[in-house]
Order: sequence, then C-alpha cells, then structure tokens
Amino acid sequence: MTELTDVVVIGAGHNGLVCATYLARAGRKVLCLESSDTLGGMSAPRTIAENYHFSGLAHTANPVSAAIRRDLKLQRFGYEPGKAIETIALDLEGRHLTIGANRISGDALSESDAKSYIKFRKQYLAFAKAMRPLFENKAPRLKHMDFADKASFAMLGWNIRLRLGRDTMYEFLRVAAINIYDVLNEAFDDELLKGAIATDAVMGSAMGPRTPGTVLTWLQRLHGELNGPMFVQSGERSQLVHALAQSAEDAGVTIRLNAHVEKILIENGKAFGVKLLNGEVLEARTIVSNADPRATFTQLVGAPELDTMFANRVTQIRGTGVVAKLHLALSGIPEFTGLTVSQLSNRLLIAPTMRYVEHAFNHSKYDQSSENPVLEITIPSLHNDAMAPEGHHVMSINIAFVPYNPGGDREEQQTSLFDKVIAQLGQYCPNLKSLLVDHELLTPNDIEREYHAVRGHWHHGELSIHQSFMMRPLHGAAQYDTPIESLFLCGAGNHPGGGLTGLPGRNAARRILKLGRNA
Amino acid sequence: MNIGHEHFRRALQHTPFHDRIAALSATEDWTGWNGYKVARVVDKLSTEYFAVRSGCAVMDLTPMEKYRITGNGAREYLDRLVTRNISKLRPGRVTYVIWCNDEGKVIDDGTLFQLGEYDYRLCAQHHQLDWLLMSATGFDVHIETETHDVAALAVQGPTSCSVLTAAGFDKLDQLKPFGIVDLQCKGIPVTVSRTGFTGDLGYELWVKPEDALNLWDAVFDVRGLYDIHAMGLDALEMVRIEAGFIMPGFDFNTAESTIRNGHDRSPFEVGLGWVVNLDKGHFTGRKALLAENSRPARRRLTKIVIDGNKPVREAFLYDRKNGEQVGEVKCATWSPVLKANLALADIDCVNGKLPPKLWARLDYQRELKWHTAWAECHVQSKPFYNPEHRSATPPPRF
Amino acid sequence: MLLSANNYDVIVIGAGHNGLTNAAFLAKAGLHVLVVEKNSYTGGATASRELYDGWKYSNSSYVCSLFRPEIYNALDLGRHGLKVIPLTSSMTFKQDGDYFGSYHNPNVRRRELMRHSMRDADAAIRFDADIMRWCKLIRNFLLRTPPDPGSFRPRDAFEFAYLMKKFHELSESKIYEFIRFFTMSIAEYLENYFENETILAHYSGGSIIGTGLGVYSPGTAYVALHHAMGDVDGNIGAWGFARGGMGAVSGALASALQAHGGEIRTDAEVAKILVSGNRTTGVRLTSGEELSAKIVVSNLDAKRTFTQIMDESDLPPKLVERARNFKIRGSSGKLNIALDGMPTFSSLPKGSPLTLGHMHFTDTLTRLEKAYDDWKDDRWSTDPYCDVLIPSQYDPSLAPPGKHMMTVFVQYCPVAPEGGWSDDKRDQFGQTVIDQIADYSPDFKNLILHAEIRTPRELEAEIGLTEGNIFQGELTFDQLLFNRPFPGYAQYRGPVRNMYMCGSSTHPGGGVMGAPGANAAREILRDLKKPDTTPAAFSDD
Repeated sequence: MTELTDVVVIGAGHNGLVCATYLARAGRKVLCLESSDTLGGMSAPRTIAENYHFSGLAHTANPVSAAIRRDLKLQRFGYEPGKAIETIALDLEGRHLTIGANRISGDALSESDAKSYIKFRKQYLAFAKAMRPLFENKAPRLKHMDFADKASFAMLGWNIRLRLGRDTMYEFLRVAAINIYDVLNEAFDDELLKGAIATDAVMGSAMGPRTPGTVLTWLQRLHGELNGPMFVQSGERSQLVHALAQSAEDAGVTIRLNAHVEKILIENGKAFGVKLLNGEVLEARTIVSNADPRATFTQLVGAPELDTMFANRVTQIRGTGVVAKLHLALSGIPEFTGLTVSQLSNRLLIAPTMRYVEHAFNHSKYDQSSENPVLEITIPSLHNDAMAPEGHHVMSINIAFVPYNPGGDREEQQTSLFDKVIAQLGQYCPNLKSLLVDHELLTPNDIEREYHAVRGHWHHGELSIHQSFMMRPLHGAAQYDTPIESLFLCGAGNHPGGGLTGLPGRNAARRILKLGRNA
Repeated sequence: MNIGHEHFRRALQHTPFHDRIAALSATEDWTGWNGYKVARVVDKLSTEYFAVRSGCAVMDLTPMEKYRITGNGAREYLDRLVTRNISKLRPGRVTYVIWCNDEGKVIDDGTLFQLGEYDYRLCAQHHQLDWLLMSATGFDVHIETETHDVAALAVQGPTSCSVLTAAGFDKLDQLKPFGIVDLQCKGIPVTVSRTGFTGDLGYELWVKPEDALNLWDAVFDVRGLYDIHAMGLDALEMVRIEAGFIMPGFDFNTAESTIRNGHDRSPFEVGLGWVVNLDKGHFTGRKALLAENSRPARRRLTKIVIDGNKPVREAFLYDRKNGEQVGEVKCATWSPVLKANLALADIDCVNGKLPPKLWARLDYQRELKWHTAWAECHVQSKPFYNPEHRSATPPPRF
Repeated sequence: MLLSANNYDVIVIGAGHNGLTNAAFLAKAGLHVLVVEKNSYTGGATASRELYDGWKYSNSSYVCSLFRPEIYNALDLGRHGLKVIPLTSSMTFKQDGDYFGSYHNPNVRRRELMRHSMRDADAAIRFDADIMRWCKLIRNFLLRTPPDPGSFRPRDAFEFAYLMKKFHELSESKIYEFIRFFTMSIAEYLENYFENETILAHYSGGSIIGTGLGVYSPGTAYVALHHAMGDVDGNIGAWGFARGGMGAVSGALASALQAHGGEIRTDAEVAKILVSGNRTTGVRLTSGEELSAKIVVSNLDAKRTFTQIMDESDLPPKLVERARNFKIRGSSGKLNIALDGMPTFSSLPKGSPLTLGHMHFTDTLTRLEKAYDDWKDDRWSTDPYCDVLIPSQYDPSLAPPGKHMMTVFVQYCPVAPEGGWSDDKRDQFGQTVIDQIADYSPDFKNLILHAEIRTPRELEAEIGLTEGNIFQGELTFDQLLFNRPFPGYAQYRGPVRNMYMCGSSTHPGGGVMGAPGANAAREILRDLKKPDTTPAAFSDD
C-alpha cells in the first residue's frame, strides 16, 4: 500500500513530536511513526505492579523553552511544569546539604562556601546564557557559512566579549573546555557540595568529575535552568509528552503506533519513503529520523548508500550508557535519617565527595560496576498521589555508573546491582527494605532494548566536546540534514543534545522549512 | 605470511624470483618496492626497453599489492568502492578501476580480477587494506592481503604470446585482452591474465611463491628460441609513459596521504573521467564528483609531447615563452620508438579549458653545466604509443 | 667590577634553557643581560651533572626534539658545541614475551606492524599523514605570541586573523577533524586507526608523559602532538640525544649568551622581585644583595613567580588567585640508573637495534589507564608507564668505559602520597620501577651500581619546578595558547611594568623547546623598540 504524505517522522519521542508538530503547523502533511505502543520514547510513562506509575527514564526535567511552549501552544494542551525542587545532597551522618537555585544550607557548610555558591552559580548561569546562540540555533559550520551561521557566531562573540565583559570572558574561555573537578576545587571546600555539582555534570555521561569536558556538560544542564527550575515529572500535566501529543494532533500530525520502520528507501541519493517491518511502504517527500543517528545510518539507511569515511565516522560515534534506572514500588513513606517528609519531595543525591563519584566512574571504564554507586533519587508520588495506591509511594532512582557490557550472567548482574543499591540506600533510609512491594531495574542494556537507544545511551551519543556543536552527531550531518537528500535527523543525538529540551526537534524542523518544499 | 622476530636483519626482503634476477643482474642496481628488493635496471636499460617493444621482457611484479575480496556481499561492496560501473564484469575477466574518498579525490587505481562468482582480486599501486576494510563496514565481505602469498610475473612484448606458448602454456592465443585463464605449465598451476602496464601485448602470471622459480625457469628455457630479457623498473617507467598510463602517488598525490589541502586530485582532474559512472548508483565520492562535474574543470593531467630532444625531468609549463606559469611536468621520458620527448603534465585550466599554447622551460646540464631552453608542447589525447598487436586476438605469431 | 656589574638592562631569573634562550636573544640585541641561578650549575631541568665520579648525564629532561631549529640556527648553537643525534626507534615489551618495535628503518617498521596487524600497518599511513597535518598547523603558532581575546588592538586582531587563516587552509572536514583531535583522548583517537592492543598502547604512551591525565582523558591526543611536533633534521616526531646529555643544550645556550656579552651568576637565588610604583626595579637575592635592572624576566613557573618571589601587595588580587589555582601538579618521576654493563632483554633477539631507542613495558590501554587511577588517588602507579633509554650506547661520554647509563621516566608519581614523601617511600617508588624493568631483563638488577631516584619532591627541591611538573603547568585547555599561563597575561608581560615571563608556563609550553624564551625576548625587544633578534618560524611550504 502506498500513501502520500509530505513528511514521515520516524519515532514519536519528544523531539520527534516537537519536530512533527512544527512541520505540521507550517502546513506540511506529517505522519509520525512510532515502533512501540506508547508515545514519548524515553519520556513515556511506565507502570509496574499495575498501580505504581513512573514518568519513564527522565524523572526530573526543566521546563521546555518559552518559544516551544508558545509555538506549540503547550499550555493550552495542559502542560504545566511542576513545582520547583531543590537538591539535597545526603550525608551519612545526617548533615545534609540543601542546594537550591539561589540558596544553599547545610549544617556543615561554611559561610564562605555558601557565598561562593551564589557567586559561582550566577557566573555559570551567565556563561550558559552567553552560549544561547550556540545552543538554540543549528550548529554553525566553520567554513561555507550561511547567514544564520554568521549570525550565530556574531551573537556568540557579542555575548562572550561584550555581555560577559572582559574578565568574565577570560574566565569563560579558561574553563569552557576543562573538567568540573578543577573548577569546583577552586571554588569550594565542602566535599558534599562539590560531589553534588560534579554529579550533575557527569550524570548520563561516561565521564568522571576529572574528565575534561565536564564543565561543558554542566553548562548544558544549566542552559535548561534558564527556562525555569528543575521539577519532578509526576503525571499528566508536568509530563511534556501528553501536551505534545495533543498539540501534534491539533496541528494535524497523524501518529501511528506499532509502526516499526525497517528501512529508509533511497534512490539516486535521495530518500523517498520508508519501509515498515510488516513490508508496508510509505512514501514522502521528506524523511526525518528521531532515532539514534548510529541506528539511522547503519540500520535504516545502510552503508551502501553512504560514503566510506562518513559510514566509518558513524561507527566511531561514542555513546555507551552508564546509568541504570531503578523503579521501586513502596508500601509506605520511606524515612531518610535527618530529613522531614516534606523535604523528600526534593531530589536526593548520594554522591558524598568528588572522589566517590570518580571512583564510581573508574569501575565503569573496565566494564565493572562500583560497590558504591552514585544515586539520584526522586519520589514522584509526593508530587502526585495518583502515581501510587493510597498511602503507597513510588521511588525513582538513577544509578551511575553501571557498565553496558558487564559480562557474566545477566540475571545475576541485575540481582547484585539491585542488592547493592538497596544496601547503599538502606544506610540513609533504614525502613526502605521493609517497604518494598515491587521493582523494575533498567540497565543500559535494557534501555537499549526498550528504547532503541544504541548502547543504552540517554543522549544518543556522548556529550563530549568532540561530539558537540558542529561535530554532533558527526560532521557532514551536524545541521540536521544528511548526505542523503531529503533525509533529516531530529533526535537527541543531534545538536544541542539530550535532555527534555525539544531543541533538536525544533531546530530540525526550522532547518527543513528553511530548505524549502523539496527538502 | 609468517613474519618472525628476525625480520629486522634484512630491511628489504627477497621476492620468490629474487635468486634468478640476482643471477642475471649485471648492474646490482636495486631499489625498494613495498619492502622488497627489486631491480631498477637488470642489465642495460635500452635492451630492456626494446625487449618490451620488439621482443619479450619479464618482470617480477610480486611486490604489487594484491587483495582478495570474497563473500556474498563482494559485488555490492565493490560497487560502492569503485567509481566505475562494473555490472558487466564476469568471472574470468579483469577491469581497470579507481576508487575515491568521500571528497571525490582519487585514492588509488588498480585492476580488478573476477576469479569466481563471489571471488575477486584487486591489485593496487599502494597499501589499501586500511581503506578496503573501512569501506567494508556494513557489508558481508571478507578482505585479505595476498601480496605476499601470490608471486606475480609480467611477461610483456610482441613475442610474449609465442614465448609462453613455447614454454608450455596451451591455447594462450585465444585469451582476449583483460581475460583470465587457469593453465598448467610443466605441471605448475598458473593463473594467466592478459594484462600489463607496458601498453604492448603482454600477460601476467600468478603462481604460488613456491612455484615461482620453476615458472621463471620454464619461461627462460625458451631463450634459445626467443630473445627474452629480465626487465627493471626504469624500463617500465619509459613504456608506461609511452602508453599514457598514470601512476597515483607519482603523477599526482593520492588522497589519503595528502597533507596539504588541494594537493589531492579528482578523477576528472587526472583524466580518468572515463572510469567514473555517476549514474550507476551510490559509490564513495559520488556526491562530491556530481558537484565537481557541474563546475568547469580546474586542471587536468595531460599527455604532452615536448618539442626537441633536451632531456626533461622536472619542468614548469608556461602559456608562452617567459609567460605565466600554468602547469608542471609530473613524469617524462624520451621515447626511443617515437624519437620524441613525452610527458604527463598537471595543467591549470582557464574557464574549464587548457591554455591554447604551452611552453616548457627545461633546465638541463651538459658536462655539469646547467642551461635553460624553451620548448613548445603539444597536447595529445590518445596514448603516445598503442600498437595494433597489443589487442589482437589471436596475437601475431613469431 | 661589582659596581659596573650591578647595573643591568635585564636580569633573567633562572638559568634553565628558556632563561638562557631569552637572555641570549636579548644580549644579541645589545642589551646588558645577567642571568641569576640559584643552583651552582646552569641548565635547570636541562642539565648534565656529575653526581658520581665518571658519570655525567642528563639528570632531568633526557631527550631533545622539540628544541626549535630556528633558535638553534639563530644562536649558532652548533658552533657552541651542540650536537643532537636522532633517535628514531621505540618499542613496547608485551607481557607474553613478545614485543612491538617501531624500528628506525621504515621497511622494517612496516613489517613489524604487519607482524602484529596487517590492517594497522596500512592504517599507520593514514595516521602519519593526519598527525603530520596537525603538526604543520600547530608549528605555525609556536614562535608567535598568542593573541589576546580581551584586546581590541590591531596586533591582536591581526594575530587572530593569522590563526584563522591557517585554520582555513584546511578543508572544512579537516577543520572538524582537527577540533576532534584537539579535544579527544589519545586512546579514542588512536582507536580510529588501529586495532592491535599493543600498537594502541605503544602509540598512546607519549600522550600522558608529564600530564595529570589518563589515556582516556579528553585532551591527551593533543599532548601526543606536543611530543610529536618536534623533529630532528626532518625526522618528524623523532627524538634526539644531545651529545653530552641535556647539559650540552644549556651549555651551548650559555656559551652563545656569553659570546654576545651576557653574564651568568650561579649560586644566586632570588628572594624577591623588587617593585616600586608598579614597575620592577631589580631583584633581591637571598644573600640580601640587591641587583638593579631596567627589566626583570622570570623563567620560574608562573605559580612560583607570583606566589613566592613577588609580593602579593605588588600584584592584582585576581592574578594572585589565578597563580594559586594554576594547575601545576607533578605526575612524573625519574630514575637515573648506573649499570655495570649493558643489560639484556630476554624477549629481544641478539643484535636487535631496539635497545637503542625508547623502551616501554605497558602493553595495554587498560594498564595505562589503571596507572592513572592510582595517581588520581595520590599513589604512585603500582604498574607504571616507563620510558626507558640507554643513551650511553650512543654517547660514551656519559659513563665510564664499559658501563652504561639508563634513564627512566616514570608516569605516574604523585606530588605527595598520603602522609607525604619520605626517603623510604621514594625508595619504594624506585623499587616498583626497577622491579618492572627486571621482569623483562633478568640481569638488570645485578648490573645496578647506583640509582638516582627523583619524585616530584626531589624535582621541586633541586630544580624549582613547582610540584615537579615538567611542563611548568599542565597542558590542558585552560592553560594553552591565550590562556597560558593566565587569561590576559599570555603575551609574556607580567602584571607590573618591565616585568616579563619566559618559562614553560607561557605559550607554547613545556618540553626543551626554547620557544617561550625566544617569544618573550621578542616582546621585550618590541617594548624597548629594539630590532628583533629572534627568528621567525621556518616554513616548509
């Protein structure tokens, strides 16, 4: 059967939906194909033991940008970022540290560190803000620039040289490419504070605090904060995907679930359609892939349609997931030593020192998992009762660093990891074990299988400097268009990368519209 | 190939034919080729040259890089690798191919032998395993270097067919140009292809290294009937220029070893546009070549005849005497058959066309004193030397 | 005599190779120059000392390749006695009794690569071409002053334009490839070329020398270049031995300096750079003696210069903070071992030329990375990366007849292990290294006559390299080009007038290169409106 549409978008993750909706609003006839039976990809809700609901892989988020909210009328479709939360860095002795956007408190925190924190955060937010032209537009090319590229560079130069001012600019140029470890050691003494910020810089990446490039990953995180404070994803309104789906539908996007694309059809160097696993062929003028660029090129396109070096560079894209997700169904409220119930609605971190984080990372380099993993914990049911049966709770935990290729028996690995995390958590939350009803553990391996993310990487590719900006996912395909005519990319593997920002999707749509009807 | 720990003791290795060539070598004029010791001149250059052009010359080709490409995806793989449409290639046939990088610049050229349905041999000028394997990502194909596991001997010249027939190769006269046949010669299994790099009638013989000396002896056994000479690289250089064959890495820089931007060359620029089929489906470099094809040519490697008899080695070309520099000679030879100075030159185009006039400034010395002379150059489109017997089947008998 | 001497145009603090280079160019321009040195010998880390009778060898830096030929030529160092003998092979021993040798002969080297991997032998061609391309690019910037991004002066704009122009000489894809190279780890970069574990480890090693980074740390690919961009007479990336040890380099520089009328005072440690009215006036020695000069140039590392021999009150507070935070952690140790004879290595065939070059014992990337993990935790590597050379095979002047001198560079060694260094710990560190070598050379231990073991503690105490960092500051992105040593101070001028920096803490960084010294001289001469005596870079195009 052949059906004619303007655009086929492969994958209904949030970037795919954002891209599809933008294109539909611009008058294109858009068909969005999703291989699973739910929308949202990594941000699609999950349920365990029937009544315990989770927000999917991403348990916290920053609001999407005002532009996307406005353009896609997300408010109208019910999107409302959740209540701002703070971060509590847990201390084994109960001297926890509460870290907020503009305040910080803790029993053991020195006054000078408290002051430095405010100054530090302000400075780095200014850096993130200065980088906006780079983050929010297509990545400019370094030769053969078009007007938009020149404008991005001009804005960036203006921001860095003139808006930051000379001294701040010097500082920005000094730190932009280095590691968070050195920067934090310069700024603070408090180990708990340094551990917490370092965790934010490395979570989701196969990098330790000492790895150069971690200031940049942290700046990318801060860039999200420019849209508003972090919140816990807990049910309909706070979860972007619900509003996105409605906005897409409203714009006229046709969404098909359980439609697994097997191949992108190409003739004479031009993509003209897709073939589904069931053999069905869908033709379109433009094909947009929200899939991992590695999967897009090696599986959906295939080497015969690509140049040798390009195909080779695709295989060299680095991105192996090192974070596992543990979902716990609990029969009651977990009690953390030294924390009140109301404090539990915040994000809790177990990352007491930078050395602890670095050690956790060390093991993953050799495909082992650390005895002392870094944990990021949220309890979404404290934000929305509907997430769990009455009186019950759900806890969502990111575990870093977990190897993708641990070797050995899979079941055994899972059990041992689960036990390790529960034991670790038990030190801070003595009643946890007694509350366990059920759990679900998603290792990078599982994430790869469930979300078609190559090697289980959240961001479809490491956010290292050599895979950022005009080199993301790889040069030759870093402006959303690809060597294949009419084939575009719109996923997290592209500039500016992962997180629930929708920016890759929006930028890709703008690029497609810019290139015109026949793109 | 088994390389032990002692290989450092001999910087240049001996080919399987080495003992025989060494015995014939009057000059001891050796050089290195791909890690092997090979003769530049065995006895006398003019003798070796005229052996190719009027008799029979034998040359050891073992150091030439040879790759075996097998597997169900071999054809699809090769289609994506080379610029030429090879859909007409069949088992038992050879074709000339080039391959480019993503930017559409020539990496190397070579001859592609189809030995079986899923079985190919690619002979190349330079080391290509890295590129061949990089290109193999995503294909069902197996690639192996067999340079050191196959001994190769070129038997070239107008009497080569007769020589080989006398030496015991049956029905060789039926083999067409670019054909391959498996034969026995005195009990030695030999694969014979009617190919060569001399622009004359000629064959290339492919055997196991352990049979190499016996094969050599079988050929040289008929020396009583025919004049046969071992030939070195210097004579080959003369005849290949006469034939208008280009050598990547010598006449232009190969793409993947180019350091300076713009020093690599596209197939169009080196006159190999005829092996580029832009309509055959995707191959590496196609997109870049499509774009280049839509623009006027920037330069072209061109066959020229330089007036006079002053020796030419390196020379700049000008649009007139003492005029603007427009190109440079890449390789040149005095042709004893044509009594002319022949050269391949890299010439800049103006609006896609070669300059109407070309002059070479020749620096040459007489008794260690240097002189300068100007000579007019004439562009040739056909090979300088292309005798009829080269492609006749059956070839003339002697 | 004392009176006339105490009236200099320039005082250079520290007679290391950059101090001497700087002074020599200034003297050549006709300035009255004095170099003061705290030790009784000149050369700093570029010295040959006779600590034992009959043994005179390089104590710290031990090979020479980065030294710019332009400086060699401009100061006529050949006539002042310098000879650099190319050293073109290197090897890595494998744990299984085999080894990989990068032989000096290209045919043999290629065959050895083929012995380990046919593919890698061919990939090496692509690798060499790519590295050469990056070397060509970077070399353009070595003998130039980095532009200041905070300035609007035409000169800085011109320098930026020059930088951009050089970049734009690359094709677009090569520009991206260069940025990737610049920001990648050496291990990942090499994995784009090679598949063989030993070959990967062999080519990675050079990238961690002197750095507080591991083979998987982004930024280390560039460090590889920093070691590879040198050449000895066109042998790109080749190292060389200075005949007579590295002291021959500083000796030739000192001789060139003196030939141009410059003076050197040893045993003269500077206590303070004197500043009056935001202008340097001279230096005070620890002896109390004051020497006045119009200009003072510090060859000490930036941290030492601004936190030890200058008064905080004379400096902008921001700069003092920068100096305190300057990343200058030591990560290397050194052993100089005197041997009763030439050691044998069990896996090498008799007559193998590989003992003539660098020898390494770390044959996997994992071992290299684990060596780094130890250092991150303030321990010396239990399985360190060693760069071993026996220069007495080339240069009989280093050791008594029949004896041999082995130099061992060790990565990693912490600035201070837990609880600090003690002589006992230093010896344990040395023993770790000796044990590793002995695993491959059965007669090695019995041949040892004496060994000089140097941890960062010794390197700092003797030579004055803060924390024993051989580059006078890490070669990380925050400390390269216009960030070296500090943003806003990358043009060799200090924060007070007439004060300059010329050490490896400044662009283009460490290694026995001489470029910082020459670049600083150029800036000083420019400020004095004197003719430039420093050379421009040789071009090969």
